Amino acid sequence: MFVIKCPYCGERDQTEFSCHGEAHIARPENPDNLTDAEWGEYLFIRSNKKGIHYERWTHDHGCRRWFNVMRDTISDEILATYKMGEEKPKT
Amino acid sequence: MKYSVFNLVKNAFSYHENWQKAWSSPELKKEYDVIIVGGGGHGLGTAYYLAKEFGVKNIALLEKSWIGGGNTGRNTTIIRSNYLWDESAALYNHAVNLWEGLSSELNFNVMFSQRGLYHLAHSVHDMQEITRRAYSNYLNGIDAEILNQDQVKKNIPHMNVTGRYPVLGAILQRRAGTARHDAVAWGYARAAENLGVDIIQNCEVTGIDISNGAVTGLQTTKGSVKAKKVGLVPAGHSSVLANMAGFRLPISSVPLQALVSEPIKPILDCVIMSNTVHVYVSQSDKGELVVGAGSDSYNSYSQRGSFDMIEHIMGPLTELFPIFSRLKMLRQWGGIVDVTPDRSPIIGKTPIDNLFINCGWGTGGFKATPGSAHVFAETVAKGEPNKIAAPFSIERHFSGALVDEAAAAAVAH
Repeated sequence: MFVIKCPYCGERDQTEFSCHGEAHIARPENPDNLTDAEWGEYLFIRSNKKGIHYERWTHDHGCRRWFNVMRDTISDEILATYKMGEEKPKT
Repeated sequence: MKYSVFNLVKNAFSYHENWQKAWSSPELKKEYDVIIVGGGGHGLGTAYYLAKEFGVKNIALLEKSWIGGGNTGRNTTIIRSNYLWDESAALYNHAVNLWEGLSSELNFNVMFSQRGLYHLAHSVHDMQEITRRAYSNYLNGIDAEILNQDQVKKNIPHMNVTGRYPVLGAILQRRAGTARHDAVAWGYARAAENLGVDIIQNCEVTGIDISNGAVTGLQTTKGSVKAKKVGLVPAGHSSVLANMAGFRLPISSVPLQALVSEPIKPILDCVIMSNTVHVYVSQSDKGELVVGAGSDSYNSYSQRGSFDMIEHIMGPLTELFPIFSRLKMLRQWGGIVDVTPDRSPIIGKTPIDNLFINCGWGTGGFKATPGSAHVFAETVAKGEPNKIAAPFSIERHFSGALVDEAAAAAVAH
């Protein structure tokens, strides 16, 4: 069980949050020009890193805002939380 | 040695101390025709069918720890084939057909018990969904019965059908059931070795050698080895292996956990499954209740589930079966499942020539073990996807032809 530091509310129990997968995947700027392979890559292909993973969480039962988490998927240790739009922390 | 009553009696005279080992520990050779990576049920089965049905002689199976120590030994052993879409129905029913003859085929009792599986409906929508699924099952030759509340209550008297989420009915597949998961790994391992397959345990793959776009061999913790073909059959590390070969997969690896209770006398003679309140339960032959539910939402390779999920599992269980509320849970464990966007597996070719992959079974791979192994063996042997396996290629994520069992409400396995 995680104690997650929401960038807006501070430390809260994991049960208040939900995870929404890999972060920093930008929607393509030119959707009309994408090939099927490029669409598939954007929609479905994930890095699924063993190690440092950047991911999106929401504080569902709190401020209901989205933010990013840097977490080690081997130990489940949370290394940083930061607001949407901020640069991802270096490892 | 063939296992038989005669051999059992004979060995009784020597206090069962002289049974030969079911499989040995051979040294890794320099070169193989086919190497299968992953010693779970799917991988061991693939090696077995390659040797038995497709005449491949020189096969090795590499397992990074011990055989059956991953998800094959961590699941809740449920077997069924009542999937909605034609593609899944064909795949999982192929597996059930093989399950029915597996113990005699392997000369190893896998304790396949077709005790029937009830998938509960708790709302009008659920009733409509299971009715739709039952008709789809009929068209695919899969047995299905729709039961109303009274029929469910009559068959499972301990169930509380009038709780907060009342049980309005169920879809029953009588051919569904459970099997002993360890025995599946052991049975396939023993049968495969009898056909000359080298089973190499404690041998982790650390690199994949590629030359001119084709696989040529593997780097392992026991040295390098050459191979004409390689079949990757991982669970929990699919993306890690794919990265070694330089491609990425549409997979997220998440924890899924299960629990068993203290053993009690026979009380539940079937498998119960509910997507709506989300729990599944059956009773093992030892008398323990085997209970599971949903996976965690975050990626992890830790083989540990989150603590709050246990409450999400036990809440619906005690709501459905108040009689279980005083039971103690003895053991709890987690495994890492590789989930695809459409909750269907990936079986087939990769961007690398002669490198094949069978992965992404998500939360429900155990039930498919013999079928998955069989269709993948043909895919590896012939170099082209088997007819049943063809819809499950990686390509479906680019063509859009997903086999969307997630949207078909068959997510809980």
